[in-house]
Formats: sequence, C-alpha cells, structure tokens
Amino acid sequence: MADQKTLAEPGGDAPYRRMTRPMEGRLVGGVAQGLASQLKLDPVVVRLMFVLLSVVDGVGFVAYAVLWMVAPREPHEGHAPARDWSQLAAFSAIGMALMAFGWLTGASKGGIGMLPFAVGGIGALILWQQADPVRRRNWVSGATQSIRKNRVRTLLGVALVVVGAAGFLAAQGELAPARPGLLFTVVVVGGLAVIAAPWLAGLWKELQLERRERIRQEERAEVAAMVHDSVLHTLTLIQRVAQDPREVTRLARAQERELRNWLYQPAQDADATVAAAVRRIAAEEEDAHGVAIEVVCVGDIALDSAGKLAAMLKASRQAMVNAAKYSESPSISVYAEVEGEEVTIFVKDRGKGFDLDTVPLDRMGIRESIIGRMERHGGTARVRTEPGEGTEVMLTMKVEKP
Amino acid sequence: MTRVLIVDDHRLFRSGVRAELGDSIQVVGEAEDVDTAVKAIAELEPDVVLLDVHMPGGGGQEVLRKVLGSGSSVRFLALSVSDAAEDVIGVIRGGARGYVTKNISGKELTDAIRRVADGDAVFSPRLAGFVLDAFASSEAPSIDPELDSLTQREREVLRLIARGYAYKEIAKELFISVKTVETHVSSVLRKLQLSNRHELSRWATARRLV
Repeated sequence: MADQKTLAEPGGDAPYRRMTRPMEGRLVGGVAQGLASQLKLDPVVVRLMFVLLSVVDGVGFVAYAVLWMVAPREPHEGHAPARDWSQLAAFSAIGMALMAFGWLTGASKGGIGMLPFAVGGIGALILWQQADPVRRRNWVSGATQSIRKNRVRTLLGVALVVVGAAGFLAAQGELAPARPGLLFTVVVVGGLAVIAAPWLAGLWKELQLERRERIRQEERAEVAAMVHDSVLHTLTLIQRVAQDPREVTRLARAQERELRNWLYQPAQDADATVAAAVRRIAAEEEDAHGVAIEVVCVGDIALDSAGKLAAMLKASRQAMVNAAKYSESPSISVYAEVEGEEVTIFVKDRGKGFDLDTVPLDRMGIRESIIGRMERHGGTARVRTEPGEGTEVMLTMKVEKP
Repeated sequence: MTRVLIVDDHRLFRSGVRAELGDSIQVVGEAEDVDTAVKAIAELEPDVVLLDVHMPGGGGQEVLRKVLGSGSSVRFLALSVSDAAEDVIGVIRGGARGYVTKNISGKELTDAIRRVADGDAVFSPRLAGFVLDAFASSEAPSIDPELDSLTQREREVLRLIARGYAYKEIAKELFISVKTVETHVSSVLRKLQLSNRHELSRWATARRLV
C-alpha cells in the first residue's frame, strides 16, 4: 500500500517530462542546464561533457546545436538574465587546454580514436557527480560499501578500462585507426557500464528508501500537527475553564468528535447526503449549545435537487435547537432513517417536555420552522410531548430516488 | 449481588468505572490485558466481565475466543470508546451479550450489567442502528430465513432503541411488557451471533463509520 502510494506520488518528475532550456543561469543557450535537470545531473558535468565531446571532431558542438534547436525555451517572466561570462570563459579555457593537449599528443589526429577518451571521461564525471557528497567522499576514501560488495565486478570494470586505454594507445601507434578504435570504445563503455550498474542500482534503492522515509515523516508531521492544533489546544482550554463543567464537557465533546472523524470517518461531503448532513448539523448544534447530541443513521440518500430534504434538515435543526435550549435534557437523541423513498428523522430529548394544549405551537418556532416548513415541502411533522416526559419531534418526507 | 470483573488496559478508566458502579455491583477484580483477563476469569468466575474492545494482545475478541472457546458460560458486556461498526459487530459476533460506549453514565452502566447478568442483551442506540442497517442492506438471498432476517416486531424494538428509548419506554410505546422487549432484543442478539450471512462482517468492515 505504502509503496503504491510512493510510486503514485507526484514529485513533479513525470516520467516523460520534456526537456526545456531555462533562461536563469544559462551560459550559452541553456541547453546544458536543461539537459542536466532532465538527467538529474549537475550542469557543470553536462557542460564538461559538451566540452570533451567538442574536442572530438566537434561532436559536442553539433549535439549542442541540435539540442538548442529541438528543446523549447522555458517561459521566463521579465528581462532575460545576463549570462555568467566568467564561467563561460572557464569552460572555454578547459576546451582550449584539451584541444592543445590532443594536438600535442597527436591524439586529435586520430579522429574517432579520440572517442574512448571522451566516453571514459564522461563516465568518470557521471560517477563522480551522481553520488551525493557523502558518497563521493566515501568513494574517494575507498571505503564505499558497494565497491567492497561488488569487488569482482569492480575489478573487471577497472581492468576493462585499463585495457581500453592501453589498446587506444596501441591503436594510435600501429593499427589502422578506425576499426580498433570503435572496438575499444565498445570495450570501454562496457567496462564503465559494469562498474556503474550495481552502484546505480544501489542509488536507486536508496532513493526509494529515502522517499518512503519522507512520506513516513510527512505522516508523522500530520499527526503531530493534528495533536498540537486540536488536542493540546483543547486540553489547555479545558484547564482554563476548569470551574465551568458545562464548558469543559462541551470542549471535550467537540474534541472527541473531531478526533473520531479524523480517525474513522472517510472524507465526506457534508452537503451531499442526508446522513452526513444530519451528523454535521448535530455537531454544530452540540457545539453551539453544549448539549450532547447522539446521532444514529440507518441507510442514506443523496440530497434532492428540489430542496425537500434540505427543508427537512432545516426543520430537524430547529428541533435540535429547541431540545438543546428549552428541554434541560442532558442529551438529545437523533435518529435518521432512509427506507426506500421515505426519509424519517426523529429528534428526542428526555427533558421536561411541555403541554401541547397550553403552550401554543407558534412558540419555539414549532409551527413555522418545523411543521410549516415540512408541510410546504410535502412532508409531515409530528410533535409528541408531555410535561416531564421529554419531547420527540418526528419528521417524515417522501422523495423520489435519484 | 452481581460480581463483575473489569478488563481494560487503562488504569484510570478501571478505577473510574469502579467508583461509578452502584452498590448492587461488586467488582471482584481487574485485568489489563488478554492473558491476565483469561486467568482472572478462570480464577474468580465473575458473573459479568466488562470487556474493553481494544487491548494489547489481541483485544476483547481474543478474550472472548479463549474464554468462550473453553466452554465457560461467563457473560460479557463490551465497553469501548470506539463506535466503529467492525468493532461493534466483531465483539457481538464474538459472543459479547451487549455493547455500550465508555461515555455511558454510571447508572446506565449498572443497569446494563444487571441486564447482562440476567441473561438479557444490551443494545446501545448505535448498535441498534448498525443492526438495522446491516440486516436491511442485504440483497443476497439468505441461507436461513429465520436467522437472516428480523421480524417486524424486532425491527420496531430496534428502531425505538435507536431513537433513544429506554426499554421501559419501548414497552409502553408498543403496549408490551419490559420482559417481552428483552426477549426481542435477545432474539436479535442471537440472530446477530448465529446468522452466517457473511455480509454482516463484510458490511461492518466496509462501513468504517463512527
């Protein structure tokens, strides 16, 4: 489960993100930077790659030009930022030096024979850069676990690199330049792949672990925030109003409800169905009046577009308000039932009740807000009460199933 | 005098219940997890065990399984802060004779214990709602019609419990005796425990509502 979540998590790195050329921090056209962010490398490495490849018959130049044309420019607001000329100069200097070195050793004349050099150099650069600083240090100190673990493969890879290099030199001297050069290039690349593969796999695994850890931490942070924002806050409030038992109860109830919702309740749209709406109304009135309202719902139905159920919910709210305000009952029971097309809501208290004959119905909003409202929308409302026996309001409404 | 064992992993709660219970109840012991509970029940042979649903070592259902599995006839009343359907239905099907939430008042709890001690069932409004919902939601053909559906009368009784009526009020409302109300509730309990409609459990799991 957690893994699936991990995989599905949007990290901004969709698998086929298109390469773009950013304006910010570009040296020439932003190609190296765009490619670097695409490959998750340091731009410096990519730039060095281009410089190295450019020394080899200008391959780097061509590649750069092609990428410049192909990759779209990243949208940038405002004035285009200036290039960093000092860095550009540094890279140019490196390129010049390499070129001079090639010319002096005669390697550049070999044309394609130079490729193993460039490939080997790029491989090494990637190895260096991909590792995070800690890993790089380990790599340098020779204590890295992956090297130890895969000693055989490492040795094999290193041997291949050495053979490739030696062969390159031999080819420069004696052999026909093209064919062995290619062959050795393949050998060198193969060697580098063998060196890098296990290490890259290790990196990948580490990345996954890191991601999982991050999600776990986020979850923990969410719980901590929940506890802090609500529970701790409520406990503090309770201590401050400790002499007012009514307020203490109200705070505790509200907190309990919130915590329960958070723990068990699937995210629900409070305005979509009868059961959810009844629960929400009860919670609001419980908060407003400090009287516990127990809600039991059986069945559920979506609210109708004609507003019949919305009217019924308003009437039920009025009944809850009455019970909370006038009945002096310590708790109120609300029962909502959906059976086929009939919705019934009961609001019952165990309070003092009243005499229906002596207390006029237009008091407490009963006639208007409860009975009148229900009848206008084609429902019925019944009030049962007796002095000392509590009150029960029963609301019934028929709706057509959507 | 009803002899009661309190099983709960929260010490504060145990002492709270002890203090709240009326004079007609004698608390003979306390246990804080599954193993101590099983041992205490065997040693003390209480009339009623007040059983917490969530406990280390498997929870209330594990205690029910071990004790009732060994042929004991001790009666259990489940007590929990959780109102999740799977917990409620789970302990009832595990053999508890009633389910009340921990915010119940001392007087109500005393009544509930006495009722369970007498062999009757105790349904909270919420449990009644769950049962109505669970038995109504079935569309699959039942295997045993007697066990797999509620009678009209049982439905009426459950509905009144869900509406917040006490047994006495239900009796008055339906013009029957309190004893008859108890009989109906016990019969619902029996159906709840014995019906092998697996939708019951599935329904409870699917409905993770408080």
